[in-house]
Amino acid sequence: MLSKSQAKLFFLATTAGFSCVFLGLTVDTIRQVPARSNADQITPAVVHGKELWESNNCMGCHTILGEGAYYAPELTKVVERRGVPWLQTFLKDPEAMFPGQRKMVKYDFTDEEIDAIIAFLAWNGKVDTNGFPAEPDMRQTAPPSAAGATLAATASPPPPTYTAICASCHSIGGVGGAVGPALDGLAARYSAAELDRWLADPQAVKPGTAMPKLNLDDPTRAALVTWLLAQK
Amino acid sequence: MTMSTQRVAYPFFATCMLLFALQIIYGFIMGFAHMGFDVLHEWIPFNAARATHTNLLVVWLLTGFMGSAYWIIPEESGAELWNPKLAIAQWASLVVVGVTAIIGFHLNWWEGRKFLEIPRPLDFLVVANVLAFLANIGMTVWKGKRYTTTGLVLLVGLTSAALLYLPGMIWFDSQVLDSYFRWWVVHLWVEGVWELIMGAIMSYLLIKLTGVDREVIEKWLYVIVGLTFVSGILGTGHHYYWIGAPKYWLAVGGLFSALEPLAFLGMALYGVAMARRGGKTPDNRVALMWTVGCGIVSFVGAGLLGFAHTLPQANIWTHGTLVTAMHGHLAFWGAYSMVVLAVISYAMPQMTGRALYRRWTAEWAFWISNSGMLAMTGAFAVAGITQVYLERRVGMDFLAVQQAIEVHFGGLVLAASLFTIGISLYIWDFIGYGLPHPEALAPQPEAPRAALGAK
Repeated sequence: MLSKSQAKLFFLATTAGFSCVFLGLTVDTIRQVPARSNADQITPAVVHGKELWESNNCMGCHTILGEGAYYAPELTKVVERRGVPWLQTFLKDPEAMFPGQRKMVKYDFTDEEIDAIIAFLAWNGKVDTNGFPAEPDMRQTAPPSAAGATLAATASPPPPTYTAICASCHSIGGVGGAVGPALDGLAARYSAAELDRWLADPQAVKPGTAMPKLNLDDPTRAALVTWLLAQK
Repeated sequence: MTMSTQRVAYPFFATCMLLFALQIIYGFIMGFAHMGFDVLHEWIPFNAARATHTNLLVVWLLTGFMGSAYWIIPEESGAELWNPKLAIAQWASLVVVGVTAIIGFHLNWWEGRKFLEIPRPLDFLVVANVLAFLANIGMTVWKGKRYTTTGLVLLVGLTSAALLYLPGMIWFDSQVLDSYFRWWVVHLWVEGVWELIMGAIMSYLLIKLTGVDREVIEKWLYVIVGLTFVSGILGTGHHYYWIGAPKYWLAVGGLFSALEPLAFLGMALYGVAMARRGGKTPDNRVALMWTVGCGIVSFVGAGLLGFAHTLPQANIWTHGTLVTAMHGHLAFWGAYSMVVLAVISYAMPQMTGRALYRRWTAEWAFWISNSGMLAMTGAFAVAGITQVYLERRVGMDFLAVQQAIEVHFGGLVLAASLFTIGISLYIWDFIGYGLPHPEALAPQPEAPRAALGAK
């Protein structure tokens, strides 16, 4: 039968042994991580983004590399998923983008801070994560990013703003988001001036609307209006 | 109670009760937010509630460990506490740091890294505080007449926990390395050195409550803490699967994590076997129930439920979902909350000279809180598995999935209400014990009652 001194020896020997193995693997990991994570691409903006990420406790709701809380979406691949214009718009006023749904604190970030956060997220998205997050293996419909591709195949390709932002909530020909109304056949209902005024400031046209004010510049808005009115 | 300075444990235990109650309140805030009732969003956004909930847990458990050490170490070493005044000052400063951190969270003052949210200046105060604590119990062991295995394992556990806090204070520009060393604190605490603390406390309580020979109990303590490190050190690898660390961590983490339940199985068998072997049931039966219950629930919560999503093949889907919350709740409750509640149940009658463990509330608190926590685990499990299926495998949108699982948070809040009733009974008894009484110094005679198994 095991004696107390043998038990003690078991404890001390295994602890020492496995600690050494762990330290050895740590040294090797530190050696491999720079290449796996593109350490040379950690720009000052990425570092600033990380500081903002931490000083606002983003991990208190979101996960990154799968780590954090489970109240808000996983953000490792968010730049790939949403694109930079969408994130820039969203971070200016998070609640405007998902009205009436789960709320994110409005942090009043400056444009420079928003770009830093996006740089931090983009850097994380390129880390070799051994395949996380896995592509959904039981997905039945085409992924949202295919929305732009499908429309691009039609006669006139959508402006980048439509694909990056509008299609998250709206659909044309049944392709796109379901948060806002479908945008088929707008020409039958609205004039270009009406649509332009609406996009410039939705609240002024219809107070209380869930449509976000996107702060698009005049040429972007004009291109969007022209394209939207051309869709049947 | 054999040493009058063991009374120092009282303010620590009282603080545990207060912080635990607050932790539960913040849990409800999050439960309601998940159901869609986030009316407090303007004042307590989810990230503040979440950090408050988890940090209160960590602080009340550490406070409980410190109180337990102040209770156990003088008795095990056969010496009065080195400096009781320092212990009280250390308690007061711990409370100040804790309160400052919690208020800071509500004002968006962070070092927002999961579980290590308290801002950097407060980290240094924590370090100073823990050094004072370690000096105090270290000196007590040093000047004491004897070095028991139980006392030494407790001391080594507490000292290692303090040392392992330091890697969490290094700044890294890389999120990958930041995460790598953050787990040195978080994982090597809860699946490493905290298990030493837990094992030592269980060992002390089993020696006192079952009457089994110290040599036998302490021999198995070595085996259990040995198994903890065999599995737990390299088991850290299960946090390194997807953060950008090399691929071999999938094999290393998977293999050694699969062994982690063994240490907790050891804890469970340890409690049950020693309680049976003792053959007598102590007068303070409920303290033994918390001790043995701690071993069993930690095996289910930390051991089995941890194993359920620790293999890389499962974890690639469950990582970063509510499945983690499911495992986390029962694991922390079983392993660490219950062991602190066991010490408090054991110490309070001796500290105050009142035998409130005979009140009906004592055992009902045990059964109701455990039933409530099991039901909460069930609610998290259903929500978590649904989330994994819809979001991770079918590819549904995050917010759509969250709406689909709102109903399970209704179930969670109901289960949490049951849990809260149990904990309220426990706190009610704690208040009933009143303050430590100088005349309660003599050790309590422990009259045998009916055997635990043969109720």
